[in-house]
Amino acid sequence: MLIIENLIMAFSSLLSNKMRALLTMLGIIIGIASVIAIMTVGNSISMSVAANMESMGANNITVGLQQKSTEEQVSESGARFEGGTRGRTIREEDLITEEMLEELAVAYQQQIAGISLSVSSGNGTAEKGKLYANVSVTGGNEGYFQLNELTINAGRGLTETDQEKGGKVAVVSDKLVENLYEGNAQSAIGAMVEVSINNRYYTYTIVGVYEYQAEAASFSTDSEEDITTQLYIPLKAAQAQNHSAKGYEQFTVATESGVDTEAFMEQLEHFFDRYYRKNQDYQISAFSMETMLSSMTDMLSTISLAIAVIAGISLLVGGIGVMNIMLVSITERTREIGTRKALGATNGSIRLQFIMEAVVICLSGGFMGILSGIGIGAVLAGVMGYEAKASMAGILAAVSFSVVLGIFFGYYPAEKAARMNPIEALRYE
Amino acid sequence: MSQNMIRLNSVKKRFYIGEPKELEILHGIDLQIKEGEFVSIVGASGSGKTTLMNIIGILDKPTEGSYFLDGVDVVKAKDLELSRIRNKKIGFVFQTYNLVPKASALKNVELPMLYGGVERKQRKKRAKELLELVGMEERMHHKPEELSGGQKQRVAIARAMANNPSIILADEPTGALDSKTGRKIMDIFHRLNKEQGKTILLITHSQELALETGRIVTIKDGSITGEEKGKVC
Repeated sequence: MLIIENLIMAFSSLLSNKMRALLTMLGIIIGIASVIAIMTVGNSISMSVAANMESMGANNITVGLQQKSTEEQVSESGARFEGGTRGRTIREEDLITEEMLEELAVAYQQQIAGISLSVSSGNGTAEKGKLYANVSVTGGNEGYFQLNELTINAGRGLTETDQEKGGKVAVVSDKLVENLYEGNAQSAIGAMVEVSINNRYYTYTIVGVYEYQAEAASFSTDSEEDITTQLYIPLKAAQAQNHSAKGYEQFTVATESGVDTEAFMEQLEHFFDRYYRKNQDYQISAFSMETMLSSMTDMLSTISLAIAVIAGISLLVGGIGVMNIMLVSITERTREIGTRKALGATNGSIRLQFIMEAVVICLSGGFMGILSGIGIGAVLAGVMGYEAKASMAGILAAVSFSVVLGIFFGYYPAEKAARMNPIEALRYE
Repeated sequence: MSQNMIRLNSVKKRFYIGEPKELEILHGIDLQIKEGEFVSIVGASGSGKTTLMNIIGILDKPTEGSYFLDGVDVVKAKDLELSRIRNKKIGFVFQTYNLVPKASALKNVELPMLYGGVERKQRKKRAKELLELVGMEERMHHKPEELSGGQKQRVAIARAMANNPSIILADEPTGALDSKTGRKIMDIFHRLNKEQGKTILLITHSQELALETGRIVTIKDGSITGEEKGKVC
């Protein structure tokens, strides 16, 4: 009962001194807000990555060429696949060949569910009269479409026959259909689409339309109409078009369920060692979403730690501010404390009153911090292209931390008030 | 009405003002006040009357001597017990009112009951009754800053009565008021004494006010120098 009365008293005293209360709370607001903001961003990123992983398959392993390091072994997974930064560029003899892949498929029949190969033919524009649509032409094999399953709205996807023939057939996005065929998918099917890439013209027959899905994390500033979508063609068609050698810089392996990804990655690297032992410049390296995620989590937790330190300092300063204002407050209210004691308040009830007041200040600051933190976090997550998801754990932690902060920094002033001599307090001018 | 409400036996109070000096303010006070009495303690400033009031109101303890309040040996009581006795048995009225500034008149009157653990509804009901008793029912939601001196003192009296104490200790209750308002406050004390049989101890430097109480105790330089009967008895 006394607690409720004390709460009411604390709130009314807070409201009677709004400006002072707000300034006092500022440190706490900033501290809590920054923690909540970073947690919201972190939460948004990891949830969206987790969702991506689910759609892409967490146990997919990407295998690719990596420059051999002359000095030390590059062990940081984050530094992989930056080929071409130094040393010579990739030559035809460095590439992963069809033969290697066939051998691999045979050697690890049990573990491999599919091998996905893709070749990019570059970005260009699909044109029809004055109408145009930005496209990125990608050739993929069957395994590629198994991993990156398309939602076909009309027509059909690329078939085994398409892959074998390597014909000039294409599956286009519904965005392209919107731009070139006024959204009429039926009139698009069977139509010839002309794509210009670097001033060369290629013509494909549209066999299917897939549903375009915006990527979770895109920094694209293009307007809705100028958005670049994928135009998929058979792998062989892309290779022929590129006049590229029959080899790949990288490919993706889908593993059978139950395969230990980490261990299989090592086996894969070991498998390719045979082919690349003599290669002075390149080796084969495998990585998975899992390893990428863990390096991302590492980075995120480093940033979080840095912000947490700043927030901690801010909260410490804020807490000292609360203590300071509480000391000012009890000095101002010395007579009131004397009066309360004369009326029968025990030391305990005086202590409780002032601790509650400090807790109310910190908690109000905490709530404002949480609200602004969620706001800032949502804006940041939005800018980075993630869907904002506030972290419940962070909010609960902030609330309980505010209470602890109030008790901790309110205790000394409250104790000072509780120990006041009532006679001196009553005489205080 | 022969029960002694207050019994002070050779109460001495000394203050240490740094070694080896020691200042004796009260030099052995003997005072008995019976239930239902209206007693005034008169003395000039510096006579020790405030120290005496602090001891009677158990805000302070005597250095020597004994003090029984309503049969309880106050000297031996512990801090927590003292808070309880102040809460239940004593009602303070101060010269400077000492109302809690941020709280309404009603909340101020509720305060001693809050510390006494009285239930919320009960508290509110009693506070309203008391404010009615002192004629402040219409301003019960006003804060002290919105009240005049006389009004504040009436609220303070209502607050002093909250837990139905055995004794009301009034320290210069009219000291800050003009004579007309002071008169009204004194009338309230007379009414409480007559109608409710409250024991009232009035501390004042005014002979005129003291004369209208039942008994006048004069204190000078820390000793009781005289006792006489007043008009009221």
